[in-house]
Amino acid sequence: MKAPKKARDVFSSPIASAAAVIIAVVWTIPTFGLLVSSIRPEQDINSNGWWNFFLQPNVTFDNYAQVLFAGTGTNPPLVLFFFNSLALTLPAVIFPITLALFAAYALAWFEFKGKDLLFSIIFGLQIVPLQLTLVPLLQLFAKGLSINGFVIIPDLGITGTFIPIWIAHTIYGLPLAIFLLHNFLRQIPRELIEAGRVDGANWFTLFSKIVLPLSVPAIASFSIFQFLWVWNDLLVGLTFGGGVKEVAPMTVRIAEMVGTRGSGWELLTAGAFVSMIVPLIVFFALQRYFVRGLLAGSVKG
Amino acid sequence: MLHIPFAAGRKTPWEVIYPNLFLLIISLVVFAAIIYLVFLIASRASVKVQEWLKYVVFLVPATLLLVIGLVYPTLRTVLMSFMNDDSTEFVGVENYVWSFTIPEILIVLRNTAIWVFVVPIVSTLLGLVIAYMTDRMKRAAVVKSLIFLPMAISFVGAGVIWKFVYDYQPNLTKADLGLFSALSKSIGIDPPNWLLEAPLNTFLLIVVMVWIQTGFAMVVLSAAMKNVPEEVVEAAMLDGATVFKTFIRVTIPMIRATIVVVLTTISIGTLKVFDIVRTMTGGNFQTNVIANEMYSQTFRQMNYGHGSALAVILLVCVIPIIAYNLRQLKIERTER
Repeated sequence: MKAPKKARDVFSSPIASAAAVIIAVVWTIPTFGLLVSSIRPEQDINSNGWWNFFLQPNVTFDNYAQVLFAGTGTNPPLVLFFFNSLALTLPAVIFPITLALFAAYALAWFEFKGKDLLFSIIFGLQIVPLQLTLVPLLQLFAKGLSINGFVIIPDLGITGTFIPIWIAHTIYGLPLAIFLLHNFLRQIPRELIEAGRVDGANWFTLFSKIVLPLSVPAIASFSIFQFLWVWNDLLVGLTFGGGVKEVAPMTVRIAEMVGTRGSGWELLTAGAFVSMIVPLIVFFALQRYFVRGLLAGSVKG
Repeated sequence: MLHIPFAAGRKTPWEVIYPNLFLLIISLVVFAAIIYLVFLIASRASVKVQEWLKYVVFLVPATLLLVIGLVYPTLRTVLMSFMNDDSTEFVGVENYVWSFTIPEILIVLRNTAIWVFVVPIVSTLLGLVIAYMTDRMKRAAVVKSLIFLPMAISFVGAGVIWKFVYDYQPNLTKADLGLFSALSKSIGIDPPNWLLEAPLNTFLLIVVMVWIQTGFAMVVLSAAMKNVPEEVVEAAMLDGATVFKTFIRVTIPMIRATIVVVLTTISIGTLKVFDIVRTMTGGNFQTNVIANEMYSQTFRQMNYGHGSALAVILLVCVIPIIAYNLRQLKIERTER
């Protein structure tokens, strides 16, 4: 009788591997086509398909120079939106993670009535589509909140600045962040927390001396998650930016370029690649953390 | 440095960028300073004060933001869905009647249904097969990275990438720029105007979402497969099961719970798809979906009643998916 093959050998069959490689290539071709196009001269891009690059390999960075630094009409150049994305994203990552870590700490280690209920509600809030909150939240930013003339939240006059976008992203990021960080903080050994308490550390020093240093991996995972989410977001930037170019992220500008005729492929391909470069670097450099966050996470609201 | 004027203010880009970066730094410094100060003061407070202060510092900020930013707006939107376009009068269920009777909106609902049906199933299936093929493969990391890569790209970026793939050249004497047109010509078929042709166009947009979500499904399922004990698979093989049968009868049942999580996560993401449709067709040519129509009704037509009703429909669609997910998880737990 022929000895049955080991499972490992069967699975690493050359056919399956070849098929996987082919799929990977097919998956990459669209992005590759965009990248190749972005470095072809305008003349070439608009006269034949990008695959002809390999027959007539003319390389230029003019498309990048033009889309980044030359504005079109009343539209500022992309470099402005690049920095807008940066100024928009950093606080929109740092604020929710800080507040979520605080709340997760409280939910994981404080003893108080209704703790489980509060955690369940926060967990449940993950499913609320952010579409449901857009108009009322926008009105809060624009007009404040008052009931029968009694002002609860005043009109802050922050429309058209980064502040509403930061706050909106913070709010939308909180439920998932609290959930993930809570699961992580729960795993800190009870003895460690109790030893700290016995040594006379109060809840505040306990947080900064023990909990915070231990949470660094979890913070890293979620930061990448939130970073990619905010950097790539269109809806929040579009609605909470108040239609002001001074605070609009790159996604808003690129979407606008696609929509209006007159932005040729040479500018669109280069522009799209500029908007992708930062997430791609983050992705390749920190893929392991990203995957870890992905596996720990459930449903993003 | 380039000085190209724009807008009414005639500012150069750098005249906007520098103040913005300055504001960014100031904001981060202020935020850090506040937290530092709060901690400094709080940790010196008396034990009695700290007992309530710890809630104020740690729990109240996030909870307050969630109440103001998620709970209140959700309730308000539900209320607005029963009111007229500028939320000044109650109109009963008029907006919902509108949603389910206007032919244009019925197409929107139908398209959303197609999206939510096709995207999760195809992405999960593809992700499952690829995860299985690469499970024991050498240098699988490179292959997986490439398939996972679209997850890092924005929907807007993906929209541009695929709009280029679907580019249509109406002038027959000119060469094709789009990959699809060129490929279909090379096999002797006259390419259609891809993104204008319904219902083909909806499926072409769906391809973009599948392209993005397959990597997610693959990564999560692949991690689950790593937890399937080697002996179980080998035992099945020793019993004479083929690779395919082992996959269907052993591997899939063992990672069932993860498959459900992947399916439901992708379903929810798909329900809210907005950027792809907006970027690629603007919701025209019968490709519109709920999330995009909700945006148009709210911010173009300025009809908050219609927009809110569509948003509520979105939430109502999410609930059964989550309920199913939770039920499956419960079954999974009781079985163990």
